[in-house]
Amino acid sequence: MRIKAQVAMVMHLDKCIGCHTCSVTCKNTWTNRPGAEYMWFNNVETRPGPGYPRRWEDTDRYKGGWKLQNGQLKLRAGGPITKLANIFYNPNMAKLDEFYEPWTYDYDNLIHSPKRKNLPVARPKSQITGEYMDKPEWGSNWDDDLAGGSEIVPMDPNVEQLGEHIQMEYEKTFMMYLPRICEHCLNPSCVASCPAGALYKRDEDGIVLVDHDACRGWRFCQNGCPYHKVYYNWKTHKAEKCNFCYPRTEAGLPTICSETCVGRIRYIGVVLYDADKVKEAASVEDPQDLYEAQLGCFLDPFDPDIQEKAREHGINDSWIEAAKESPVYKMAMKWKIALPLHPEYRTMPMVWYVPPLSPIMNHITNEDELNTDGYIPAVDQMRIPMEYLASILSAGDTSVIRKVLLKLTAMRVYMRGKTVGGVDEFKQSELVKQADTNPEEIEDMARLLGIAKYNERFVIPTGRREMDDNLYEKQGTCSLEELAPREGVNPTFGYMKVRENL
Amino acid sequence: MVHIFWWVIFPYIMLTIMILGLLYRFAFRQLTWAAPSTEIFEKKWLKIGSPLFHWGIIFAFIGHVMGMVIPHDFYLALGISDHLYHFGAIWGGGLAGLMVVAGLIILLIRKSTIDPVRIKATFADFASVLMLLFVAGTGTYMTLIFNTTVVEYEYRETIGPWFRSLFALQPQYDLMVGVPLLFKVHVASAFAFFAAIPFTKLVHIFSLPIRYPARPPQQYRSRNNYRRQEL
Repeated sequence: MRIKAQVAMVMHLDKCIGCHTCSVTCKNTWTNRPGAEYMWFNNVETRPGPGYPRRWEDTDRYKGGWKLQNGQLKLRAGGPITKLANIFYNPNMAKLDEFYEPWTYDYDNLIHSPKRKNLPVARPKSQITGEYMDKPEWGSNWDDDLAGGSEIVPMDPNVEQLGEHIQMEYEKTFMMYLPRICEHCLNPSCVASCPAGALYKRDEDGIVLVDHDACRGWRFCQNGCPYHKVYYNWKTHKAEKCNFCYPRTEAGLPTICSETCVGRIRYIGVVLYDADKVKEAASVEDPQDLYEAQLGCFLDPFDPDIQEKAREHGINDSWIEAAKESPVYKMAMKWKIALPLHPEYRTMPMVWYVPPLSPIMNHITNEDELNTDGYIPAVDQMRIPMEYLASILSAGDTSVIRKVLLKLTAMRVYMRGKTVGGVDEFKQSELVKQADTNPEEIEDMARLLGIAKYNERFVIPTGRREMDDNLYEKQGTCSLEELAPREGVNPTFGYMKVRENL
Repeated sequence: MVHIFWWVIFPYIMLTIMILGLLYRFAFRQLTWAAPSTEIFEKKWLKIGSPLFHWGIIFAFIGHVMGMVIPHDFYLALGISDHLYHFGAIWGGGLAGLMVVAGLIILLIRKSTIDPVRIKATFADFASVLMLLFVAGTGTYMTLIFNTTVVEYEYRETIGPWFRSLFALQPQYDLMVGVPLLFKVHVASAFAFFAAIPFTKLVHIFSLPIRYPARPPQQYRSRNNYRRQEL
């Protein structure tokens, strides 16, 4: 057993209002510079829709993630030998067109226009070439709120998978928002795709980062990530990705997307997992078993044995305490209401989603349907087809989705019962049995999902820099320390080690 | 005197610039050390041009090792006749050269006609392609035309030993005196090209991901351990 800690996130989709505040604050923090214009470390997609970049879920095309070949876990785009053979041209990499050509407007023309008969206009201008563009034709949220409707929706690979015609009539149509950041996977395929070894997972908190000194711009990570969350900077020629705002999380603060989330949909917490189990869990035969297999990797932070072992593996008490209070542990592992995004990619993603409830399709025709158990068929008649949610969150297994929706529905029925009566009836109902829950759990859930304050939603232990072992040496160091370090430390010449070992 | 300059002083200066430049850039400008791809802007032409050029130049490099580094006597000891060697060198080398030249021309056209690629290309990008085209062009011409029409030139007795003598630090410049002009131009321009490497994107030649197939797929780095290794 090799215990590691992972900082993870849950997004409660029921509360997402699609305002894009997360995307905007993220962009302003990390990617508002040349070469990074098209990068959205955080983006919010309207589903059904092609997403960003267009059709990123089309794994046949971009060959992202892992596949199981003769019981062995293999990169879908091919292993190291295939990669080295394709190093001069990556056939699976998306062009900028699949994202969009970033543009700005010629605002100068508005400000400095002389007095004239017609209003001056600000023409769109490419941020790549600097030339005027005829018209921008695609952008990261071009299809926001089902814009493009019946032309855009069929581009969604999940819709194709359903194999049925989705109703686009106004009364029957459905939509939901899907905010996406890097999943900071337990089994990241971007890391495995990098010939230079520049991508890595941090031992301390599991955040996946790019070492820009080591990155050589070979671009296999860009399509190697099935979520398409690694971007290629055309200016620096290096890969960039969401870094879970590690300078903030190390200080105990939530990521900027979570901090500014208007709907307060995001929760951040620590989970403990057994790194030795990950490969085995990612290699289970049936993709629908991947969710359960992933849950099997996580460890109970309340177990004294686990705590002891965690300490042995260098996880300190503040992290163990945080793991006990972790909202992610509660929602994803304990209550099982948060699900991983596309578990079938076998990357073991660590951003979890609580699926959204949606209005019931049928009209209520008689009063009997309003009793507690009347909600059970209602779960099956929600506007967002369960198959659609299942193809996003549970590799197509609708029973997983149904269980979560039942639990969320039971929570609503019970909490309403507390004010208008019916709690006793609820306790005896079929609903509570099928939802496999109880009033205590529901009260806890309702608190965390509905009214939890900042310090309950974000339980983030600090990076404990004070535990670093070279602080004493750093004290009073000067700029010459690299060239002439204290005795016993290998001097460096820039990035190069002078000697391999001391 | 002229010969001493071109076949002793000049190569050493060029190699020195290359080595010191590479060391400096690797040590202090690591962030600029990349294979600057424009695949994100354009794929169709790159798909043909880039593999053609790169594989061609890898074959050409192997050919140069066979001609310049491995001595003539070695082939004779193996029983490979001069005729057989030149047959292989002309056709194998000629094919590699044509791949390089064709690839470079495709890449150059792509670089100068596709809007975003052209606009994002620097002077050094164009210069490195043009230099390569010149060096590869003279090389291919020598191999395919000169060798078949003028004389099957035995460079393994002149240029080869001279090249090796550079690294033995006993440069035998007199070997180069009688070499045909075309070969001289090819050699001198190649050394000028070497000196340009540290100042262009060509530094990526020295980044071979040879450790990739052998390393574990997942990479973990501890903030603390990593720093401990660095220092």
